[in-house]
Formats: sequence, structure tokens, C-alpha cells
Amino acid sequence: MSGPATGGAPGGAPVLEVLEAGRGTTVQDLGRPGLAALGVGRSGAADRAALRLANRLVGNPEGHAGLEVTLGGLTLVATAAVTVAVAGAPCSVTVDGRAEPAYSCVRVPAGATVRLGTPSTGLRGYLAVRGGVDVAPVLGSRATDTLAGVGPPPVEAGTRLPVGRPRGPLPDVDLAPVSPPTGGDVRLRVLPGPRLDWCDPGAWAVLLATPWEVSADSDRVGLRLGGAELRRVRDGELPSEGTVPGALQLPPTGRPTLLLADHPVTGGYPVVGVVRSADVDRAAQARPGQRLRFVAG
Amino acid sequence: MRLLDCGDTALLVELADLDEVLALHAALLAAPPPGVVDLVPAARTLLLRTDPEAGADLDGVRRAVLAARPRPGARPDAGHVEVPVRYDGADLEEVGALTGLGARGVVEAHTAAEWTVAFCGFAPGFGYCVGGDDRLHVPRRRDPRTSVPAGSVALAGGFTGVYPRASPGGWQLLGRTDLPVWDLDRDPPALLAPGVRVRFVEVA
Repeated sequence: MSGPATGGAPGGAPVLEVLEAGRGTTVQDLGRPGLAALGVGRSGAADRAALRLANRLVGNPEGHAGLEVTLGGLTLVATAAVTVAVAGAPCSVTVDGRAEPAYSCVRVPAGATVRLGTPSTGLRGYLAVRGGVDVAPVLGSRATDTLAGVGPPPVEAGTRLPVGRPRGPLPDVDLAPVSPPTGGDVRLRVLPGPRLDWCDPGAWAVLLATPWEVSADSDRVGLRLGGAELRRVRDGELPSEGTVPGALQLPPTGRPTLLLADHPVTGGYPVVGVVRSADVDRAAQARPGQRLRFVAG
Repeated sequence: MRLLDCGDTALLVELADLDEVLALHAALLAAPPPGVVDLVPAARTLLLRTDPEAGADLDGVRRAVLAARPRPGARPDAGHVEVPVRYDGADLEEVGALTGLGARGVVEAHTAAEWTVAFCGFAPGFGYCVGGDDRLHVPRRRDPRTSVPAGSVALAGGFTGVYPRASPGGWQLLGRTDLPVWDLDRDPPALLAPGVRVRFVEVA
């Protein structure tokens, strides 16, 4: 097939054409704060620090939109020369089969194929393109909120993503020294939640003593955790109340759910603990089967 | 009033009832505490969220909440909306039986009352309308539906609301409206935003 899909207008803005989307790829920026009263959550990159880093590496403002890729498998072609960077879960990056480093500024010639492999640790990689992914914003953001159904649709094979106009110079640093997500237990600092008193007095100690395994049902909404059972001492329903990313909600099963970027704006399950905001990015990199350890503080 | 920490970036204010929530929400909307990016009213609580990257000053937020002087009965005033409804919902007869009003009586009570959107949640643009008629207090269905059509007008737990899009739901269905309550091309996109006063009008 030929035509504008593969050629792009001469001198026109580049377009990223997705050949394979992998297991789960969405457009994400830093989300849409300030709309919770209308029932719209913030959403945005699950690992915000990783998206910010990828953007910095290509000289973008940190809030530009990029691609959040789950466990790799993304393949795309650029219709014109672009500069990209990948951060987050460390995966192989190839351009027409040639290996390029992650956490680095990578030049991609027109027509070249970029492929992200499966990361060795962590879950979510972030591909930033110089100029940013320039799909139409929805309510001021290009983030895909998978729960609310707001923002661009999830990326799939055939999706065409326009690239914005670059602004400002490329940074002098072209390789960022970062510590990639750990492959072992993930330690997260947690504070007592507003409804810890819905549990028996020993629940906090159980939360801290238990290794919690991330379940396969986890997604951008939250991590379902398996481990011990936190016993509730109060029955009945809590009237729904506002929630935050990092909240550990306790459904009647007694096994907490750790809320992530696309969490519901309000929830009716008691929140027994809240992960420190600075640690939520690391929680979002935990893979199904990996274990979380909560430490007080 | 009880102030509860909700992690290192948010404060949950627990209040006696919804009237207190709405009054505090109105007071804080008029004078937002520094650093707060989201006020999330709910049935008994108001959540104040700060920007995690900006470095939260929760003590400052706490002081601002304690210093607020909500006027009892005050509600954020956000205008008035009429919602045209065809009262042909699947649960209308059952709500008539549950309330003892009969189907006609339910329609009359639902349309006679003035409702106010207290808060949104569940889905974008789903406004929880309160203050209607105490006789319309019915429980949720024991067996929630896996799909409730968009535009369904429903009742549960003293609230009424309109489903902005097809979704699972456990509320009792009274009827349907063609009025789009959620439209991304509108600013704000939610027709039933907190503080909006609502009247339901029967149409054939």
C-alpha cells in the first residue's frame, strides 16, 4: 500500500506509524489535574518520572505526550527523521535492527523501523519523540484514561501518531545514568490510611510484615495484591469518598488493591494505607508475580 | 469535622452530612487553599488533593480548612438544568411498589422536586443529585445490571442521576433522556456538575 500513509508529505511533520502495538500501549502525558469534581481523574503516565526523563533526553518539556509501552513489543516506522528516547523499564531498542541504548537520545532516519524489546526488569517503558506525540488533546491532556474512557484510544497496529514541532535545543547529555526498576522485591514507603481503623488493631503490622504478590489482573487502574488477609472489624458500606494514587483500598476479600494512575475518582472501599507519592512510580513498574514490601514511613 | 491524612499529598475532611460537605466545598471553592489542585466532594467527605510534584504543604492546607467559615446551607451555585425524561424505565413499577407511591406517584414526585448535583463520580459526568423527595429513597438493585444504556435516569439511596454512557450499574431505572449529560466538546463537559440545580420534566 502506498500513499500518504507511508510517504508523508515532503517537508511535512513526521508521523509515527505503529506496526505492532505490543501488549498494551497508550499515549500518556502528565494527565489532567483539576477535573476530579467532574468525575475525571488525573490519569497520565503510570511512571511519571520515566516519562519526564524520556522527554528531557530529547529536549522536550517534561509534560509532552509520549508512548507508555507495557512489556515491550512496540514496533513503529517514522515517516520522516525523528529523535526518540526510551526510559522506564530497560528494554532493547533497535533501529532497523541495529541496537541502540535505552536512556539515550536516538536518531531515527526517515522510514526506519524502531522496535522495543521485552524489558529485563520492570513493566512500563516510555518512548518520547522530539516534538512530542501531537494527537488532539482531550480536556487539556493527551493522556489515555483507560477507566474513564477519556483521551486518545489505546494505540494499536495501524495507529498513526503525528509528531509535534520541536522547540528548544537538544540537551548536551545524551545518556542518562539511572537505576532501572528492580527485579527483586519492591520496597515502598507507606503511611497509615484514613480508614485504617476499619481493620483490626493488628492489620498495620500484617501489612508491613507480609510479602505481597502482584496479581496478573493488575493494570493502570491498580495493582491487585495477594498475600495475607487484612481483617476488617467494621462491616457495612463506607460512603464513597475521594481517592489518590498509591491508596491501598481494602475490598471485602481482605487483599488490598494499590491504586495507580487511572484509579476511580471516588471509591467505596476503606483505604488502610497510602504509598508515598514519590514511590508510586516504582509501584507502577512492578510486574505480575513480583513482590511488594511495605515499610512504614 | 475530622481531618484525616490521605498520604503525603492529600487531606480527607470528614463531615457530619452532605449539607456540611457542600457548604465547605462552596467556601473552599471561593478561597482555595494554596497548592490544592482538586477538591473532590463526596457523600460525607471532601478530599483536598495537592500537586505531588509541587511539594505539598499539608499543614497549610489543614490551616486553611480550619479557618474556612462555611455558611450552613450554602451550595456552590452552578446554574440550572432541565432534563427531559421518558418515564418508561425497567424498574419504574418496582420503585412504585417499594415506595408505595405507584409508578405514577414516582414520576410525579421525581418531577416535582428540585434536585441539586452534590458531587460527581463513578464515571465522568455522572452527577449525584440530592435533595429531591424523601419518599423516593430506595435501595440499589440486589443484582446490578452488566449494562445500563446511556441516558438512563435512575434512582438509589436517596440520589438520582443520569448515566452518561453505557456502563454496568445497580441503580433503579426510571426512564431515559436524550439530553447529553457528558460532551467533550462542551466547556465544562459535564452538564450535571456540582452545584447545578436540576429539574426532571416528563416528555411523551
